[in-house]
Amino acid sequence: MSSERTIERDAEPESAQPVTSGAESVVRALENASVDTVFGVQGGAIMPVYDALYDSAISHVTMSHEQGAAHAADAYGHVTGNPGICMATSGPGATNLVTGLADADMDSDPVVALTGQVPTEFVGSDAFQETDTTGVTRPITKENYFATDPDDVGDTVGEAFAMAERGRQGPTLVDLPKDVTNADTDREPGPARLPETYRPATEADPADVDAAAKTFADAERPVILAGGGVIKAEASDRIRDLAIENDVPVVTTMPGIGAFPEDHDLSLSWAGMHGTGYANLALTMADCIFAVGTRFDDRLTGGVETFAPDAEIIHVDIDPAEISKNIQADHGLVGDASAVVRQFADALPRAPDTEEWVATCWTWKNDYPLDYSIDEDGPVKPQFVVEAVDAATDDDTLVTTGVGQHQMWAAQYWTFTEPRTWVSSHGLGTMGYGVPAAIGARYAAEDDQSVVCFDGDGSFLMTCQGLTVAARENLDITVFVLNNEFIGMVRQWQDGFFDGRRMASEYDWIPQFDVLAEAFGATGFRIDDYDEVEDTVEAALDADGPSVVDVHIDPEEDVYPMVPSGGDNGLFALRGDHL
Amino acid sequence: MTDGLQGPEPAERPRPEGRRNSQGIRIDPEVEAEPQARRTTITALVENEPGVLSEVSDLFSRRQYNIESLTVGTTQNPEWSRVTVVVEEPDPNIEQIEKQLDKVVPVIHTRELGADAVSRELVLVKLDADEPERVHAITEMYDGTTLDAGPRTVTVELTGSEREIDDALDALRQFGIREIARTGKTALARGETKTSIAPDRLK
Repeated sequence: MSSERTIERDAEPESAQPVTSGAESVVRALENASVDTVFGVQGGAIMPVYDALYDSAISHVTMSHEQGAAHAADAYGHVTGNPGICMATSGPGATNLVTGLADADMDSDPVVALTGQVPTEFVGSDAFQETDTTGVTRPITKENYFATDPDDVGDTVGEAFAMAERGRQGPTLVDLPKDVTNADTDREPGPARLPETYRPATEADPADVDAAAKTFADAERPVILAGGGVIKAEASDRIRDLAIENDVPVVTTMPGIGAFPEDHDLSLSWAGMHGTGYANLALTMADCIFAVGTRFDDRLTGGVETFAPDAEIIHVDIDPAEISKNIQADHGLVGDASAVVRQFADALPRAPDTEEWVATCWTWKNDYPLDYSIDEDGPVKPQFVVEAVDAATDDDTLVTTGVGQHQMWAAQYWTFTEPRTWVSSHGLGTMGYGVPAAIGARYAAEDDQSVVCFDGDGSFLMTCQGLTVAARENLDITVFVLNNEFIGMVRQWQDGFFDGRRMASEYDWIPQFDVLAEAFGATGFRIDDYDEVEDTVEAALDADGPSVVDVHIDPEEDVYPMVPSGGDNGLFALRGDHL
Repeated sequence: MTDGLQGPEPAERPRPEGRRNSQGIRIDPEVEAEPQARRTTITALVENEPGVLSEVSDLFSRRQYNIESLTVGTTQNPEWSRVTVVVEEPDPNIEQIEKQLDKVVPVIHTRELGADAVSRELVLVKLDADEPERVHAITEMYDGTTLDAGPRTVTVELTGSEREIDDALDALRQFGIREIARTGKTALARGETKTSIAPDRLK
């Protein structure tokens, strides 16, 4: 979180009527926090809150499934930096949110979930549509709340909003028993406030910063590793200045994509399991890593024994528990990334001498290009499609994805230059994230900003019912289904690690996605050959409202480079016989 | 399977000199250095809120920390409780436990207590009443109290360090132990040292 951003929002809307019920207090708390859009699905126990929304200026987007509501809120939160709001009823409504909340928790995306609950007197009786929602969501939310008092319920929602937004961002949830929301109250909620026991750090200890800066200045092979926290904290500009002023190569994590322009000479793109060879080599050979807002996930580090084993680690994170959790930090700097990067830049006694090192990184960039071969008469390569869409759209285009091979090709072959344009599911790896995320991103985007989704056939089939929302609301999104008629990443692992035994990864039959799209009310397109790509991409992007392009790609294409799970990043495989 | 990518083979690439252990700590590549577990006591001051105990205990099961005992009770401030946890883990995990506890929002303060902390545990032991005098004598020897003496069972209370209680139970075993209830360890820092520090805004 940027220290500059505040949670004191505009005053309440002029037209606001006095609060008369718990439910109206909930909605007032959202209005106080300048919420303009919520994503949800109606249902019995949440009906009083929906009824209070009836008179509010907040617009509600009715989703086709609560999981989609949570993903849409997550994408909205990631793109805007402000918490996305999702709503669901008790029982199945709440449990359907679970995947989306777990996803937001893993990727530190700001989300507030409001769930209906059976009336307090029935809680614990296994009543109709009763689930222990706070119990179920405790491990996958930053904090959750069970509302007990109509007078306080608005303040509780305000606190949940502040908790989602401040410090390390994440999902929060307020469970709202129907009697609490139905009850009379005239108590207006105050401004969103953090609990007294929660005080996230802003600046790191100056002495620690000085020591870390000295280490960095003395380094011969330094790397800046920018994680998703750089984007969350609006620290991208400061990272860019630090890298350019000191001539230090930058590697991002996958959530950090967009934190540094990938078309810059100092960019080594992103590291990890399917990251570039040069990013993985640079981390492996580095003698100092300035790592900001990353939790050193196993998909980034590979085996920890072989992760950057010569490097002194300077780790900046707003969450003290991330320091030395997976990789020991030689210098742990706890604070807001934006503030600490500024402190660090100010404390640097001199720029490290990197001339030779940058040249070495450049050699690696030439040695290990991301590339693919084209046979003009053969099936279309997915990488070609990603590049074609990138070429046909502006730099500020928002790109959402599902999870699998298509996600990796999108991350590898799209050149990201701006923060908050890459919208994906990283830590949880949720297939089906793409379509609902595109819906949330569309509401977060500027009117002239394009939203495209790269999906796989498997991912798309998990949440394509979201198209009904996109069609009803006439949302301008373009979904490219990179269709290989496989659960492709599983098929790739089976070929690599299970002797090619393709168990439950092949489809005997798959729908025509262009026709399916039309049935939903979207515009359908299909690509089978290279000569159709350019025109069809153009037509799909130009189409009003949602469109879906069923791209029949080379079904045997695999994602490389690849570091096998727990493997040595420096020994990344370029093809199957390296595994 | 596809052709894959071009570039130098893994064996042709530069290699780093060092390595880390499984905890992500840089170590001498020539020696095996996996950290050893040790037993220690962690104390946390928490706000009395619904779910706080569940949040604390979930944390240990979710991250697979080896927990020996966990006690909770009220404190000098009726709005606060003290949680005392005995764990057996290597140093990096002990540090991580403290940090994860600190992340639980209603947790006010967390720390690891030193070896000099004042600590006690209480146990109730129900024994066969065949030899009540000898049971009584051993209970007295360990400064215990007989709480209930019936025709078939005797129940005694013992308080002490974990070691003292283990010793007492060993001595009582010969009389036929029917049931045991142990509270787990609770502790305070010794002397003037504060066990927990609450920020002024909470007082």
